[in-house]
Amino acid sequence: MTKDLKNPPIDRVDGRMKVTGGAQYFADFELPNMAYCVIVGSEIGRGNIASIDTKKAQGAPGVLGVFTHQNMPPIPGWDAPVGGEADGPAPKPDTIEKYRILSSPKILFDGQPIAMVVANSFERATYAASLVKATYTKQTARTDLEKHLAEGIAPGRPGSSDYLRGKADGYQSAPVTLEANYTIPVEVHNPMELHGILAHWTGTDSLMIYAKTQGVNATQDAMAQAFKIDPKKIHVHTEFMGGGFGMGLRTWPQETAVVAIARKIGRPLKLVMTRDQMFTLVGHRPYTVQTINMGADSNGKLIGIAHAATAETASYEDFTEATVNMTKFMYECPNVSTRYRIVRLDRSVPIWMRGPGEATGAFALESAMDEMAHKLNLDPIEFRLRNYTETDPEHNRPYSSKNLKEAYQRGAEAIGWNKRKNEPASQRDGDWLIGYGMSTGTFNAFRWEASARALLNADGSLTIQSAVTDIGPGTGTALTMIAHNVLGVPLNRIKVAYGDTSLPKAPTQGGSAIVSAVGSAVYDACTKIKKQLVDLAVKDGGQLAGRQADELMMADGMLSIEKEPGKKVALSDLMRTNNLTVIDKSADSKGGPELGKYSMYSFSVHFVQVRVNPLTGVVRVSKAVSVADSGRIISPKTAASQMIGGVAGGIGMALTEEAIIDHRFGRFVNNNLADYHVAVHADVPAIETIMIDKPDPIINPMGAKGMGEIALIGFAGAVANAVFNATGQRVRDLPITPDKLLRAV
Amino acid sequence: MAEYEHLEDEFGNADSSRRNFLKQSSALAALALTPVAASAAIDNGLDEKMAAAFEQMPLQVDINGTMRKLSIEPRVTLLDLLREQLHLTGTKKGCDHGQCGACTVHVDGQRVNACLTLAMTTEGCKVTTIEGLGTLDQMHPMQEAFIKHDGFQCGYCTPGQIMSAVACIREGHANNPDEVREYMSGNICRCGAYANIVDAIMDVKQGGVRV
Repeated sequence: MTKDLKNPPIDRVDGRMKVTGGAQYFADFELPNMAYCVIVGSEIGRGNIASIDTKKAQGAPGVLGVFTHQNMPPIPGWDAPVGGEADGPAPKPDTIEKYRILSSPKILFDGQPIAMVVANSFERATYAASLVKATYTKQTARTDLEKHLAEGIAPGRPGSSDYLRGKADGYQSAPVTLEANYTIPVEVHNPMELHGILAHWTGTDSLMIYAKTQGVNATQDAMAQAFKIDPKKIHVHTEFMGGGFGMGLRTWPQETAVVAIARKIGRPLKLVMTRDQMFTLVGHRPYTVQTINMGADSNGKLIGIAHAATAETASYEDFTEATVNMTKFMYECPNVSTRYRIVRLDRSVPIWMRGPGEATGAFALESAMDEMAHKLNLDPIEFRLRNYTETDPEHNRPYSSKNLKEAYQRGAEAIGWNKRKNEPASQRDGDWLIGYGMSTGTFNAFRWEASARALLNADGSLTIQSAVTDIGPGTGTALTMIAHNVLGVPLNRIKVAYGDTSLPKAPTQGGSAIVSAVGSAVYDACTKIKKQLVDLAVKDGGQLAGRQADELMMADGMLSIEKEPGKKVALSDLMRTNNLTVIDKSADSKGGPELGKYSMYSFSVHFVQVRVNPLTGVVRVSKAVSVADSGRIISPKTAASQMIGGVAGGIGMALTEEAIIDHRFGRFVNNNLADYHVAVHADVPAIETIMIDKPDPIINPMGAKGMGEIALIGFAGAVANAVFNATGQRVRDLPITPDKLLRAV
Repeated sequence: MAEYEHLEDEFGNADSSRRNFLKQSSALAALALTPVAASAAIDNGLDEKMAAAFEQMPLQVDINGTMRKLSIEPRVTLLDLLREQLHLTGTKKGCDHGQCGACTVHVDGQRVNACLTLAMTTEGCKVTTIEGLGTLDQMHPMQEAFIKHDGFQCGYCTPGQIMSAVACIREGHANNPDEVREYMSGNICRCGAYANIVDAIMDVKQGGVRV
């Protein structure tokens, strides 16, 4: 049964390791005789390597090998699909070219690895890498999406097909209409930890990998496929990961290459990429252009929405995401059509970045909603409420739970929405214009299959095991709380082991799905232990003989009679008297068929107050309130941190983040953290987070839905809407930099 | 060089004659490891260049209260020395360009980016890393405050944030949240724990404990 009470805030279970420097990330492991790998990237964006001179690098001190397309050791599973492709394997388009690292002289994108240099120290490998010289036959690199929009193709995946409800042009006949284009630039995940891998062949066909991956099982499978060896012989460890935000959702080609080279040189091999390589070799949020057509009647009822998006992908792989999906079900509207296209460019392949396509789409939809509200002279919340829907209009079925109205109301109170004036550019504080904006976010709530194991030890302590990684949201902390709620074992007597393929199989951490998936498995395993304990206690001769199971409760390491406080038995005593040293239960957990009757989503509402300087065009987010409607909150403290993290990411997305390509060369000009501006301390104000914290009765036994994505989805729209409210200027291409505001003036 | 002639570093290498050491030790080791590459280098007259690249310099530095006598290549950064040679991996590499702050350590009490600091420049200095600030059993008040306020998520930037935060208070730059935000802006947290980090720093500052 769902616990009826709200969970208390607890400290992060891995906090002490993290603040003392004891937490070991992949690059922190050291193995005897370990060698270092450095990647040399191509200097052109399209063409062929005409010649490559590795002689000087080969001769440099400490060099153990220089690997290029001319001498790369073969990878037996090269042509098998690489794990983690979007939405299942793409249909096999024969027209699409292949990217197989260091397998041919062909260059498909700028920065593509042309050599991997291995030496016995990092410095020697880095120096030798600088000695590798290549010449090229150049072709023109097509990297500018804006110039190739007409080349959009339908991706041919079920999730990406065109959608129609009612009439495609239903918006046209409406009395009030809007047509607007919205642009999102390339954004780069840029987790603080550099990507890489440490690979160690422990035998001819056995492998130990310290990885930066959001799923150790996924990396295990990808390597098993690439090297055609038994997955059981591949051990992948990622207990700590220094952020992912989506870039660790797949195994990247250079990881596979490092494993191959490690086998060739017969030594453990470590690759730590450089920050500029993080821009080209581990994905990005794709540049996306969107058009929204919207029509409403004079009472503010939506009549039609058409949402079209075109995004870049690589020439060698069709990346897709759910950019237009929110438009299908967010508002009650009789005529809705969506269209999603991709353009194959000479760029490295994108990968889902926090919120992923939904964050891109929400910026457009929620900006458009704000623009329409303005045209209708309605308060933006009022406009949304007039088009609020209690059932999912896309699938004609109920939501498993939706408390979005309450979220609007509580967020509005917290930001002081009543101080907002509907007339733009009408509030000042000294030199600064003040504006308020809001936006909605939503993301699927999943319940994936997962396994977990729980071991109750004779001393009353509990161990929880799952292969799942914790990339930062506090997975270990949430799993601890779930186990505590089922078995009543004190929090400090629970240990969670995770991030290792020796543990029960778990899905990749992503899609805001882990508390729901792995949490349910932990819940189920602990429930099995509980049942055994109860049976032992109430059996003839047991400490609570003759009692009914439903009279019992578990708390403080005791099994007790709920209504008779003195009547209880310690779990450790119960186990001792039954000669048990451990109760060991595993569970494979998944949702039942009843889940299919519901649409399951988490929702968020973001409110911001901005200050805009009309002389400089500078925008400061001065106040932020984020409200999460994501079911029962398992770990309120870490959940609040996820929400404030979404605000920081959202401020970057709205105001500063943009990876700029010089299209003459197909190359980034700001591929470093000094020129690609993620939000820093000075950009982020104090933030208020509000949790609706009402359990979802359908999705899983805890009633919990995810929140990693909704923390970000919609935030950039809230900022753009607030900037409009402050200035009367609508910026539709992110980021909202001062030049755009000043140009508009 | 004379003053170091009788030093023996922690790796057991005597440095009485740099050139001999190079030729007898590193160069031979290299020959043993990669005979083809090394022979080719010698054939091309690169042996002197190779020797130069192998050059090791003596370094004495106090790290977390222990005087270390080391022999390192002059191009090694303090960050890579700590991580790759001294097994002090609490200090993190986030950019190697002084743009992110993940590698922040104290050198003679000042916060510095270890990635921009050549290790050789710390001769005779006192270096403090996260491992030297506090331990699991005896945490520094700033480490406690980061846990209390959940001033992190993935934890990767955390050692750098904490080292920077301690210095921020010592410098007198933690008088109000806005000042903290300004003086902590060299430490990026991509998980976005900034608001909690500021709370942690203000808590320690207002608690009045000497950091």
